[in-house]
Amino acid sequence: MRLSVTGIVKRFGAVTALAGIDLTVEEGEFLTILGPSGSGKTTLLKAVAGFEVPDEGQVHLGDQDVTLSAARHRNVGMVFQNYALFPHMTVAENIAFPLEMRRVSKPEITKRVGETLALVELETYGARLPRQLSGGQQQRVALARAIVFGPALLLLDEPFGALDRKLRESLQLEVRRLQRRLRLTTLFITHDQEEALIMSDRIAVMDQGRIQQIGTPADVYDKPVSRFVADFIGESNLIEGTAANGQVVLPGFGTLAHPDAPASGPVTLLLRPEAMRVGAEARAAHCQAQCTVLEAIFLGLSIKLRLRPEQGPDLLARLPLRPSDPPPAAEGSSVLVGFSPEDVHVVPRG
Amino acid sequence: MSASTVSKAEGIYAKAGSLSSERRWALWTAYASLIFAAIIFLAPPVYMFVTSLKGSAEVANMTGNPWLVRNPTLENYTTLLSNRPFLKFFLNSAIITVCVVAITMVISILAAFALARMRFWGSQFLATGVFLTYLIPDTLLFIPLYQIVGGLGLLNSIWGLVLVYPTLTVPFCTWIMIGYFASIPKELDEAALIDGATWPQMLLKIFIPVAMPGIIAATIFAFTVSWAAFVYPTAFVTTPDQMPLTIGVVSQLVRADTFAWGQIMAGALLAALPPVIIYAFLMDYYIAGLTAGATKG
Repeated sequence: MRLSVTGIVKRFGAVTALAGIDLTVEEGEFLTILGPSGSGKTTLLKAVAGFEVPDEGQVHLGDQDVTLSAARHRNVGMVFQNYALFPHMTVAENIAFPLEMRRVSKPEITKRVGETLALVELETYGARLPRQLSGGQQQRVALARAIVFGPALLLLDEPFGALDRKLRESLQLEVRRLQRRLRLTTLFITHDQEEALIMSDRIAVMDQGRIQQIGTPADVYDKPVSRFVADFIGESNLIEGTAANGQVVLPGFGTLAHPDAPASGPVTLLLRPEAMRVGAEARAAHCQAQCTVLEAIFLGLSIKLRLRPEQGPDLLARLPLRPSDPPPAAEGSSVLVGFSPEDVHVVPRG
Repeated sequence: MSASTVSKAEGIYAKAGSLSSERRWALWTAYASLIFAAIIFLAPPVYMFVTSLKGSAEVANMTGNPWLVRNPTLENYTTLLSNRPFLKFFLNSAIITVCVVAITMVISILAAFALARMRFWGSQFLATGVFLTYLIPDTLLFIPLYQIVGGLGLLNSIWGLVLVYPTLTVPFCTWIMIGYFASIPKELDEAALIDGATWPQMLLKIFIPVAMPGIIAATIFAFTVSWAAFVYPTAFVTTPDQMPLTIGVVSQLVRADTFAWGQIMAGALLAALPPVIIYAFLMDYYIAGLTAGATKG
């Protein structure tokens, strides 16, 4: 079911947690709210779930205005970061709980619990208590409990935060597959940008109670609309320049013509580390500068270089590595670094 | 390596080597303290037990060691257990305690759940207020309560005691339960609510089972207080058939300046038996309930 949030404002005393949020999640869509701690994403989730009543604005699920409805009347499933499984109930009892609260018949409960356990691949775990399961299994049970009653909307509140990296990655893909298979309208909250990029149909980046940008993962990554988004999503080099006569002057790198650059005034360019050209590749670039390699960090599939040009702030470059490749640059050495107009994005100044 | 470095290193190792002796000292100190405390606390019940095994003549005999029994007898126990008033006292205490525990737990659980989990204006102030009422001693409270109980026509009735004992038990039990409910993660409420539970369902199906150690701790406290209450029954009950054990034993076995010491001690030990049995079986729950919220879980 479609979720529509219109003009939501929430204040806690003098602090404005949500400063007018407009957001739509289409039916079957996976939308991620991404933002740093204190950006208001959890407050937004609570307003949608029914745990917080907004001071202004409305929440619609389908055609129904649920702004003032109690959480239990919204038909929303939710997965919490710390699982929130009922510790005295078995796995099957946990999953059956929402159905019991909805007065579903006993045979139907048994059938649906069995089906949902199969869906999360825990068919043989029904009789166990939550404490007898691993973190990943507990989170699957939490997911099963959230979807067993066929919710109109699924809310995921940083559900992978407590898991180790490998398990997190595998569960991310599993949840995504399940969400697509069941066509669940999903609102996902996270501060982990990598997770957001992997899982989402669209990402809404939040800061200071406002949505800064909403778009596909590629849009948000490649074409950030503000310095905050550019800086928050992925690693970035933000290079300051000055536009004049159709050219952007970049101290130490020369000049660059870019179609999105303003006619005059200060300009911020976003250059992702993987777009940076280093060594022989840099010779064909429009803008070049000689840099000192401050650090060369081996990352397995790539190497990350921290570079210091003669002018301006330090830069990051990430170069792909094959096992047979020699190290591209040693720490302390000097390398040619460059980029061209197609490598950079002009960050609008807000 | 210089000489100063060597001596410094030896100093460190000497310190590390002393850990076992420090531990030994700590253990000895702990054992000595515990033995001292055990002697202090066990001496009265042991003396009571020894006296309860003596006949009246042996109790009155001031010669010899009073801690030893020369002619042990169970006469005091058999006399008491065949004595109808004593059994009536026991029954009265049991009825009062069961009712008081039930009333206390219903009020405390509902109050604590509301104060700990349902955010409303003044809930924090009310929670503190509940605890502060516990600090008012029963020796002060019984004066206005006497008026109330008298007004209700419940003087000289065990039901008067059932009415007033909760003034002693409810505040502390509510405080224990507030601590326990507050230690349960907030997400459990939210999970239950979003799964479709109402507040009463959440309390019955989630909070009460999860908070069982706290509930047991509060139950034990309420049981102990109402079983051992002395001031209220002394003030409100004067007829023997309505007396609980605490005042029944004293009023029936002390005649003016004549004390039936053997029977008093046997009666006191029998009266202490139910709490001892309950503590013995539920001690772990009691400690878990009292320390809830003390550590981040």
